[in-house]
Amino acid sequence: MKIVLFILSCISLQSYATVIKAGRQQQNKSVSAAIALAHPGDTVLVDAGVYYEKNLIINKSIVLKGINRPVLDAEKKYENISVKADNVIIEGFVLQHTAVSSVTDYAAIKIYDSRNVSVINNIINDAFFGVYSQYGINCLIKNNTLTAYAKTEQSSGNGIHCWKSDSMQIIGNTITGHRDGIYFEFVTNSVIWRNQSFNNLRYGLHFMFSNDDAYINNIFQNNGAGVAVMFSKGVKMFNNFFKENWGDAAYGILLKEINDSYIEGNHFEKNTSAIYAEGANRIYVKRNVFKNNGWAFKIQASCSDVILEYNNFLGNTFDVGTNGSLVLNRFNNNYWDKYEGYDLNRDKIGDVPYRPVSMYSMIVERNPPAVILFHSLIVSLMDKSEKVIPSLTPENLKDEHPMMKPLLL
Amino acid sequence: MKKILKYVIIDILRNKIVLAYTIFLLVLSLSIFNLEDSSAKGILSLLNIVLIIVPMVSILFSAIYIYNSAEFLELLVSQPLKRKTIWLSMFGGLSVSLITAFLIGVGIPVLLYEASPTGIILIVSGVLLTTIFVAIALLAAVSIRDKARGIGTVILLWLYFSLLFDGIVLFILFQFADYPIEKAMIGITALNPIGLSRILVLLKMDVSAMMGYTGAVFRDFFGTTAGMIISLLTLLLWIVLPGWMSVKKFNKKDL
Amino acid sequence: MIIANNINKKFGRLKALDNVSVSCNKGECIALIGPNGSGKTTFIKAILGMVLCDSGFITFNDKNILHDWAYRSKIGYMPQIGRYPDNMSIGQLIAMMKDIRNPATVKLDDELINKFELDKLYDKRMRTLSGGTRQKVSASLAFLFNPEVLILDEPTAGLDPVAAEILKEKIVAEKAKGKLVLITSHILSELDDLVSQVIYLQDGKLIFHKKIEELRADTGQEKLSKAIATVMLKGR
Repeated sequence: MKIVLFILSCISLQSYATVIKAGRQQQNKSVSAAIALAHPGDTVLVDAGVYYEKNLIINKSIVLKGINRPVLDAEKKYENISVKADNVIIEGFVLQHTAVSSVTDYAAIKIYDSRNVSVINNIINDAFFGVYSQYGINCLIKNNTLTAYAKTEQSSGNGIHCWKSDSMQIIGNTITGHRDGIYFEFVTNSVIWRNQSFNNLRYGLHFMFSNDDAYINNIFQNNGAGVAVMFSKGVKMFNNFFKENWGDAAYGILLKEINDSYIEGNHFEKNTSAIYAEGANRIYVKRNVFKNNGWAFKIQASCSDVILEYNNFLGNTFDVGTNGSLVLNRFNNNYWDKYEGYDLNRDKIGDVPYRPVSMYSMIVERNPPAVILFHSLIVSLMDKSEKVIPSLTPENLKDEHPMMKPLLL
Repeated sequence: MKKILKYVIIDILRNKIVLAYTIFLLVLSLSIFNLEDSSAKGILSLLNIVLIIVPMVSILFSAIYIYNSAEFLELLVSQPLKRKTIWLSMFGGLSVSLITAFLIGVGIPVLLYEASPTGIILIVSGVLLTTIFVAIALLAAVSIRDKARGIGTVILLWLYFSLLFDGIVLFILFQFADYPIEKAMIGITALNPIGLSRILVLLKMDVSAMMGYTGAVFRDFFGTTAGMIISLLTLLLWIVLPGWMSVKKFNKKDL
Repeated sequence: MIIANNINKKFGRLKALDNVSVSCNKGECIALIGPNGSGKTTFIKAILGMVLCDSGFITFNDKNILHDWAYRSKIGYMPQIGRYPDNMSIGQLIAMMKDIRNPATVKLDDELINKFELDKLYDKRMRTLSGGTRQKVSASLAFLFNPEVLILDEPTAGLDPVAAEILKEKIVAEKAKGKLVLITSHILSELDDLVSQVIYLQDGKLIFHKKIEELRADTGQEKLSKAIATVMLKGR
């Protein structure tokens, strides 16, 4: 509703605000000249073409709109656009060649301490940071395509970087080749919706000290280390796809010190560890699909009150891994494809509990090189005997009501 | 050489066990592929069969066949034939018939249901494992005169390669848990053809199994073409070495 | 033709052959005689290359047999106990032997096959045969390729009198063709009219190698069995 009102107000403003044009054939050859002429509420239309504007500073509430995607090139020396006013809309540009620095976080578009800024439909190419918000409030970053070519973590920036911001809306962006696709630090009450973040160097989404945010319907694929959600509470993760996050320390989601959060309806496919939880408390994991992962759910003993319900576990190498024998978490009504129990009363719930932690997974947890014995006869014999008489695996880590058939998810 | 090979193969085929083995493998493979919901999973179940049953049948059948062919060998040795020719014909005949059984029983179903690189690797390792365990059986049978002791030894050897060796590996892993022994592990796997084949197939198939730093080390070695070639050469060495030793021993054996 | 030179063979602690040197020539029929376990069969197997000597060497037509295998094409061997692949029929066995020995170079001699009427049993599997029939097969195979040397280990054991007589006639005929025949037998009486020389082995040692006439002269016994008995008694 807020967005709609905001956009409506922009449109209504436009009707009686001035339109100033910039372009080769226009009076204003440069964008900065046009902006200089503009008053708050005006629209600056930029024709197609390549502009070398050095650092374009927008310090009044205007609409800056590109027609046929004009290019703002920062020649690897400057920040493309710095937004230092509220109610700014930037739309339809190609922003490229942002400066790279180890001291300053240059960005293609950087929002400084402003409200209601919209960054829509831009192509950001070879930037250091893509869209950067510090102290931004109620900003909309939508349908942008961000492509970078990061080689090392030190020399690269994040795609969409929000710091100390509130009520941000990150929607429909495609981010690739950055350090972190989307980075949140001290960001509250924000939503990340329908973005695609793939082939980023480190995390597809990096999330720290950010409370009460939601990310929904995003795709995180093939990022160096997957998604990290750390030191936050009240995070809602719904209907996301976490795919093909491979590597030594790659996770679908890394949960670290997370409290009171929800993970629902997500798909985890082909990750080294789909969810790795450490110090996570009161997390509700429900109706997710874990398919073909190395570990579906790695839960350290430091977690408590994590509830796993109605999830499908399909074709994972290990369903659940843990490092201790104390279990303060609950597993209920999940479907486990490795379950070998029976259902005599035909209520579609297995009559014997399922123990998702195999002995071998405990061994690998303690001694990683033991993965070389994967699928060997000795391992299957050990697992079978452990199922009969549990000794190494935690006694009470079990699903008392395993489903007989996969849930429709 | 060809003539003797022909007679050995005819003799083995007259023995119904190889036929039974073929049908057993065929039924097993087909039912696995039909029961499992994905053929990739079928490959995984088949891998277990290839790793356990193929070596067992190969080593046991070969050893028993050699012991039962004592007369045949005696007859051949008294004829104008080179001992090496006779022995290699035995080796060749056993390998060819068991490989044929494997190719019909497992190879064809795999090609029908999952003709992927993984499937091919599975078939190749099955063929190599068959030959390796024929060679080992030959070496054991030529070294031990007594049939009962020989067959016992061969069963122990199978148990060693498919179970005990991995137990020892696990023991070593825990003994040296504090040391970076990943690289050494690669060397140790070369000492067990079953383990080596297993890793070769798994790395093609179930990359998720190879996790963490260790996984990366293994993948960096076995996943590359060079690593693959080295592994295959190692498996070939497992054929050549016992085979060659058994020829040497047979040349000196009193019949 | 066959010369054994100081050959030794041990099976564990047992000395099966102890410094045996023998020379066998064409046209002779030599009886290998000795008590049980005296090394007769080992000696034969050594000649055939089935047992490898610990020391010493054997030459066949002046060639050391150790690195040669082709010489065996000139030998027909009839083992003491004929053991053949169980699953083969007589016909298949004979066909295989013909295939292996490549008879294009020699004239086949199937006289024994015909006389023993083995062709009627061609479809019988080896495992179903009686000991006597097996011996007939062994004998037929030994003579089949018209070899220069015949080595017969207990040839008449298990044969019925008719078959034994057929075999003996055959041996005499072959000897007459100038072949070297080596026979071991326990039944000395049947060797009387066959052999021209006697090799006597005891505990792996060569006791003597004599022409039969010399032996008769030495012992004053006409019958071979008596002569040998005299030798054995003397040896005690």
